[in-house]
Amino acid sequence: MNAAPPASAQRVTLTYRDAVKAAIREALQRDQRVFLMGEDVGRYGGCYAVSKGLLDEFGPERIRDTPLSESGFVGAGIGAALGGMRPIVEVMTVNFSMLCLDQILNSAATIRHMSGGQFSIPLVIRMATGAGRQLAAQHSHSLEGWYAHIPGIRVLAPATLEDARGMLATSIADPDPVLIFENVLLYNMSGELAANAGAVDIEKAAVRRAGHDISLITYGGSLWKTLKAAEELVGVGIEAEVVDLRTLRPLDDATIMLSLRKTRRAVIVDEGWKTGSLSAEIMARIMEQCFWSLDAPIGRVCTAEVPIPYPKHLEDAALPQLPTIVAAARAAVGR
Amino acid sequence: MTVTREDKPHLTRQHVLQLLREMLRIRRFEERSAELYQQEKIRGFLHLYIGEEAVAVGVMQALGPEDAIVATYREHGQALARGVSMNAVMAEMYGKQEGSSRGRGGSMHIFDAATRFYGGNAIVGGGLPIAVGLALADQMQRRARVTACFFGEGAVAEGEFHESLNLAALWRLPVLFVCENNLYAMGTALAISESETDIHLKAQSYRLASEAVDGMDVVAVEAAARRAVAAIHAGSGPFFLECRTYRFRAHSMFDAQLYRSKGEVEAWKQRCPIARFTAWGKSSSLIHDDDIAAMERDIAAEVQSSVYFAEAGTWEPIEDLCRDVTTPREAR
Repeated sequence: MNAAPPASAQRVTLTYRDAVKAAIREALQRDQRVFLMGEDVGRYGGCYAVSKGLLDEFGPERIRDTPLSESGFVGAGIGAALGGMRPIVEVMTVNFSMLCLDQILNSAATIRHMSGGQFSIPLVIRMATGAGRQLAAQHSHSLEGWYAHIPGIRVLAPATLEDARGMLATSIADPDPVLIFENVLLYNMSGELAANAGAVDIEKAAVRRAGHDISLITYGGSLWKTLKAAEELVGVGIEAEVVDLRTLRPLDDATIMLSLRKTRRAVIVDEGWKTGSLSAEIMARIMEQCFWSLDAPIGRVCTAEVPIPYPKHLEDAALPQLPTIVAAARAAVGR
Repeated sequence: MTVTREDKPHLTRQHVLQLLREMLRIRRFEERSAELYQQEKIRGFLHLYIGEEAVAVGVMQALGPEDAIVATYREHGQALARGVSMNAVMAEMYGKQEGSSRGRGGSMHIFDAATRFYGGNAIVGGGLPIAVGLALADQMQRRARVTACFFGEGAVAEGEFHESLNLAALWRLPVLFVCENNLYAMGTALAISESETDIHLKAQSYRLASEAVDGMDVVAVEAAARRAVAAIHAGSGPFFLECRTYRFRAHSMFDAQLYRSKGEVEAWKQRCPIARFTAWGKSSSLIHDDDIAAMERDIAAEVQSSVYFAEAGTWEPIEDLCRDVTTPREAR
């Protein structure tokens, strides 16, 4: 009798958007307590079309359109989680999440500790983040690093199809609040994924490309630019290791430092601004934990300290780009 | 809607004495808390509820153990009326780990899972969306429960008030919004902060059933809360109850009360919910002097024993500082 081929051998081609949608659909099928709530998630199909079709499949109670009341519906997600549900709340973009920062910071992140451990908030909040679509200064910022500042929540940045597909299930199983940041430029990214892809770990950073000359540390939308930069660096004899943070809080120091101790040099690529940022935090941790292993100052490629402008040439100039990443890596290695 | 007998207060002698006892417990507990604050046993902020006792006690009569409560930073009264133990509340005020929140929250953050008491929220308006969510969970899980959300009239100026009333009405959620209108948001009078000072009209604009009630009259509050809860159970969606009340003490222990006259405070004290209810009970021969004496004795003993309990309580070890920021991996 012929054994069936292992399911993992079967590959499907899909986009990042499809992967997120498949994860949401599976969560809704698996657990009646799961529901999706947010602006335009139902009839419109999601601002980035992630939830298109789910309303027909699951109905308006579980694919719940909300008014433009970020604080109201994020707070309602917190309350619903306290009441035994497993809500997935979609905030259209991180820029709009400033309107519900109070609920995220003062309620979701504090209630467990402040109540002496009596209440947990098993809530997942998904947001789009990042620039590159000429949407100007109120739709283009990368503020996930701010959220990584807050004890009591977990912050994820899926950059690959596997993570887009798999991080949601693990997040829903998590008893505490999890924020998932989806870079807007990734939604159309297409590739192959195992047909049986499922839950993935949300603890560890991942080495996406092995190398020994320098560590390029990045996450989210910048991962792909950084991988391209690594390929380009081969041309000048530099083998770069690319570390995808995946989880921005809590940071996986072990994977970062393991890479640093091997390469002894690093450049951090982050679409956030530099000042008071996640990239600054990573630099500080490297100084604290790896100072004596370093052969060169750590470099950073971040977004220029301006509100993101509308015209394409200025937006491009503001963001981390292939040539700036390559130049920073070459400067650190001295080649 | 037909009002069943359970929807009305039964003013039996036993019930009348219970209402009086619950209000007195809050009053005496808080008077003692103020002294303990002067003695620096209780630190941080302390927001006293004295004068507003009829609201918490009246509303709680209409709730069952399955219902949920979301309260504010002025929540000792609600916690005691809900049945959170006085020992646990006092120990929390001391910051001892025997307190209701292991001492982490203090006066403003009393939480109690056993009585479904969800804080103790000190961001004005911040509790309303959470109450909406608790009610949403009940609706989606087809449970016939009510979430009572207490907040002051100061919260009416916050965006979350409007977002929450709209969501609750839009989705017909079983929320009892209880606005404790004590006329001042800290020191800012309602009349200089709101263009429309008749608050329950705002609720009506979101198509919520609403009622304004004398918050200094415990029977009136109980009757209104019972009507409201009955309406919610009948499936008519959320209900908004504005309780017109007054705090006799300062906003917190740091407040010199420059914004209101002594005469105004004295005039409201004439309407003290406890004195007024006692006088009515006596004139109706439902409350006797020896009832009051016995009650005062019992309550004094309970308060004293809560102080002993808190004094004997222990400080959370510093090694536990970061415990419960998130759920420990092994507990998942």
